[in-house]
Amino acid sequence: MNLPIFEPSDDPGPSFTSLLHRSGLEPPTLSSPLDGSLPITHGTTVVAIRYADGAIMAGDRRATSGHLISHRTIEKVFPADRHSGVAIAGAAGPAVEMVKLFQLQLEHYEKVEGASLSLEGKANQLGQMVRNHLPAAMQGLAVVPLFAGYDTRRATGRLFQYDVTGGRYEEQNHAATGSGSLHAGTVVKLGWRDGLDREDAIDLAISALFQAADEDSATGGPDLVRGIFPTIATITGDGFTRVGNDEVADRFRTLIADLSVPGASGGTEGSAS
Amino acid sequence: MSMPFYVAPEQVMKDRADYARKGIARGRSLVALVCEPGILICAENPQRLRKVSEIHDRIAFAGVGKYNEFDQLRIAGVRHADLKGYAYSREDVDARSLANQYAQILGQIFTHEMKPMEVEILVAEVGGDPDADLLYRILYDGTVVDETSVTVLGGEADTILTRLEGAWHTGLSLAEALDVARRALSGPDRDLAADQLEVALLDRNAEHRAFRRIEGAQLAELVPDATIADPDGGAAADPDTDTSASDDRTDGPPAG
Repeated sequence: MNLPIFEPSDDPGPSFTSLLHRSGLEPPTLSSPLDGSLPITHGTTVVAIRYADGAIMAGDRRATSGHLISHRTIEKVFPADRHSGVAIAGAAGPAVEMVKLFQLQLEHYEKVEGASLSLEGKANQLGQMVRNHLPAAMQGLAVVPLFAGYDTRRATGRLFQYDVTGGRYEEQNHAATGSGSLHAGTVVKLGWRDGLDREDAIDLAISALFQAADEDSATGGPDLVRGIFPTIATITGDGFTRVGNDEVADRFRTLIADLSVPGASGGTEGSAS
Repeated sequence: MSMPFYVAPEQVMKDRADYARKGIARGRSLVALVCEPGILICAENPQRLRKVSEIHDRIAFAGVGKYNEFDQLRIAGVRHADLKGYAYSREDVDARSLANQYAQILGQIFTHEMKPMEVEILVAEVGGDPDADLLYRILYDGTVVDETSVTVLGGEADTILTRLEGAWHTGLSLAEALDVARRALSGPDRDLAADQLEVALLDRNAEHRAFRRIEGAQLAELVPDATIADPDGGAAADPDTDTSASDDRTDGPPAG
């Protein structure tokens, strides 16, 4: 790999994607419709919640191909840089690639320019990446991320939601995307109040993902047999921190204990009696 | 059309080398040294244009000479590292291959272009322990020097190196290393304050990106004299600072 030196008029600037384009390493864009029979792996439900110290992002661990579970331990919540995170739903392959590019885009900008982008700037960058992905989304490879960060200039957590066209919508308090987002979003909406502390926000996210997994077959619930639990991360003034698996497991057990109906056997819905 | 005069190749190379060396000697110097917490890079630089910066997870770049020229090399290095990390893996980005790339470019420009680059650069990579640290100094003509433990870039390199080698020993802490670097840069006649230094550390124990700048309050804390001189608010009150201020004017714009 040689040293990329450009003429001033041809310089890609601080953008890593422009650099990839100039270097011919850009991933090819999809030009023809995908054969419907090709199995495409999909990631499902992620939520983001604003709380007192910043923002929380959480995602289940299941990826599906049609009716099959293709992965039980996929990660959907990633750090974007020190003070922000990105969570993905949609076609897993392009989504993970988009996250990788987005992380590099932010880091590359920071190194070349010697200063980080503003949170707004980062959110816009992700919007452009989603928009550039639209041709593939039209072929069934939609990627719909959530972006959350701690705005160091405003000293608050901020959330951004996207649609497949790259439309960027800032949400005040909470956001959800993916196949289970309807259920997860409702739980968060009902449980959210201003100034939630860290523990309550984590419990709310856990509860939302549990209910989504309960109603949506593509969303994975806590797997007590294998010890697989959702990924949860907090983003505060101290940066992006993953919540430990043990803490998540404990909170899930508490939730499950609270939900268990004594003496109940079988379903509560449509039980034929 | 007139024929150009014949100039012996030896003379051409010598003239170019002299030209580059003069340009580099005009600027202030920079030192790098291996210490317990990592690799410390310390430059005499009262300006806010950076001489030391991050390339990748464990790699830093430093340059002296003409600012626009070494900054172009710095950006090319960041691009090289990020592209390589994207195409292969972040673990595969290494200082040696980057130093070789710089050497190729500088060597080619030195031989083929009208004007050589008036720069001297450093590519440093921090390892798991001090023995694994790498310091590659690359000269204006593409010569690569593989240094161990300490190195100096810029004018007056020899005298600074003598001072640095005299004071350096294994197992320096961050504060000790900074003190050694600052004294080596200052020399016997003056005492550089915190606001005249640009300091960065490649942190050996960092999990991900090892490069961090040591500046502001943290730097003032590590440089004992500055904490006393600063609140008085008078750079002019300090005779030592005065000398370096007059140095500024003689240095001229290419100092960077």
